Amino acid sequence: MSMPPSSVDSAFSATPLRDASRWHPAEYAFWVLPVLAYFVFGENLSLLSQIAIAALFCLSLDLILGYAGIVSLGHAAFFGVGAYAAGLLAKHGWGDPLLGLAAAAAIAAAAGFVTSFLVLRGSDLTRLMVTLGVAVMLYEGANKATAFTGGVDGLQGVEVKPILGMFSFDLYGKTAYWYSLAVLFVMFWLARRLVHSPFGLSLRGIRQNVGRMPAIGAPVNGRLVAVYTIGAAYAGVAGGLLTQTTQFVSLDVLSFSRSAELLLILVLGGTGRLYGALIGTMVFMTAHHFLSGINPQYWQFWLGAALVLVVLFARDGIMGLLQKLGTRWTKPA
Amino acid sequence: MSAVLETRNLSKRFGGFFASNDVSLSVEQGARHALIGPNGAGKTTLINLLTGFLEPSSGDVFLKGDNVTRLAQHQRVKRGLVRTFQINRLFAEMTVLESVTLSVCERLGLGWKLWRPVGAHTAAIDEAAELLATLRLLDVAHRQTRSLAYGRQRMIEIALALAARPQVLLLDEPAAGVPTDESRELFETIAQLPREMTILLIEHDMDLVFRFADRISVLVGGALLTEGVPDVIAKDPRVREVYLGEPLDD
Repeated sequence: MSMPPSSVDSAFSATPLRDASRWHPAEYAFWVLPVLAYFVFGENLSLLSQIAIAALFCLSLDLILGYAGIVSLGHAAFFGVGAYAAGLLAKHGWGDPLLGLAAAAAIAAAAGFVTSFLVLRGSDLTRLMVTLGVAVMLYEGANKATAFTGGVDGLQGVEVKPILGMFSFDLYGKTAYWYSLAVLFVMFWLARRLVHSPFGLSLRGIRQNVGRMPAIGAPVNGRLVAVYTIGAAYAGVAGGLLTQTTQFVSLDVLSFSRSAELLLILVLGGTGRLYGALIGTMVFMTAHHFLSGINPQYWQFWLGAALVLVVLFARDGIMGLLQKLGTRWTKPA
Repeated sequence: MSAVLETRNLSKRFGGFFASNDVSLSVEQGARHALIGPNGAGKTTLINLLTGFLEPSSGDVFLKGDNVTRLAQHQRVKRGLVRTFQINRLFAEMTVLESVTLSVCERLGLGWKLWRPVGAHTAAIDEAAELLATLRLLDVAHRQTRSLAYGRQRMIEIALALAARPQVLLLDEPAAGVPTDESRELFETIAQLPREMTILLIEHDMDLVFRFADRISVLVGGALLTEGVPDVIAKDPRVREVYLGEPLDD
């Protein structure tokens, strides 16, 4: 404990800010859920793995959109780059999963770094179009390069070795689930550190008032390049995970619908909260699973309705609603 | 005395319109320098040119003898040239303490630190709290910025700039829109800033200007009309003409 500075009233406490990064009890409870899910929904492990991977992907968008305010309609570009990187590596004999993820992260980060300079300038609309354009180009590139990617038939022959040489991927998807979950948790934990750091605070500053940041000495472009690169790396890891757990890369890893759906999930869950990305994904994927079971053709109707309701009446998404309820419970009237 | 901030033949053209026209201004070290002129005289444009918010069409800006014309805004801030805005530019969803801590962190070069949480950078938080104490904002430190009254927000506008430890502070109508009694308090605070800090002030309230400033420059139509000590400016017939009917010296 340091002494309070001289001119500051001794009754003043900076504790709320000092402890802002502490783990809330609800967070511990949250992370018990995926463990419970393993035992309760054990017959649906592949769906659970998909949720974990999609959650990681959504987290990557939250870093750039929720924290730094960069809107993107082409984030699947980096997901796809990571998916192909891990797939091609494994196909050509480098099937170690962790090495594959590292490569997916590095190559997606490189792609993110290069394209970040395109999103620095311009309005939200410009950014939407530029990110969309980059993703469409990559999609068609992968579509055309059949010798390399397999084109519309997808990349076959992806052989993934056991994790750390010990845990091989099984038919039931047990290893795949624990692996995806572990990667998600580690990446989440790192993202959580990042958003609570001074760097993360500066990103929130950029989102809330980009015009003020240079006037307090912050290099806005540098920060945006950095977070865009990090977000791309996160998306790349998610893509790599999908490849490794399914041993296949389909061309739709780069598709527009993947990017658009991602944006929708994040808005549904609530931006700029990390948990909004996770909860949004859980709700969306579960709803998708059940609603498409009930009504396979028209299930997106309810999705559209939910989206309209959220943006009109609950701007902060599901997570915003939960937080409101939370404060109401802890501070009665 | 030496000039800490200087412009030479600074011009800014928007199409055929000169928002700044050949302005050569010199602000002395430690000065309380006021920039006055009617609406549309180019006062804010000049501040924008000084801080790098706008790029000049021609001319140069010197800070402590160095030509900073090509430097980006944040680089000028690092060299001690800091501004406030006529219309608040605040971090609405942050608490007051958070936003001032953000500014302190940027000054300390912590903005690239990705690992330790803000809460662990206690020196930065303590410094922010100390600044809030001096500005009598400590009681609202944990309140969200957007929830505060306008006068308080105006003070945070200044706090964010002070956290950057300016050597030259440019205040663009700091009391704009603030009720009279609160604006007096605001100016008391500004008057108490350390003398080694140079201040360039844009202000419409002539009472305040004449009490505060030891030097006044008058801008009209983007160009410098005249410059001098308050007594001389108050008696200048051209200035009186510009401020038609506005008594300057009572």
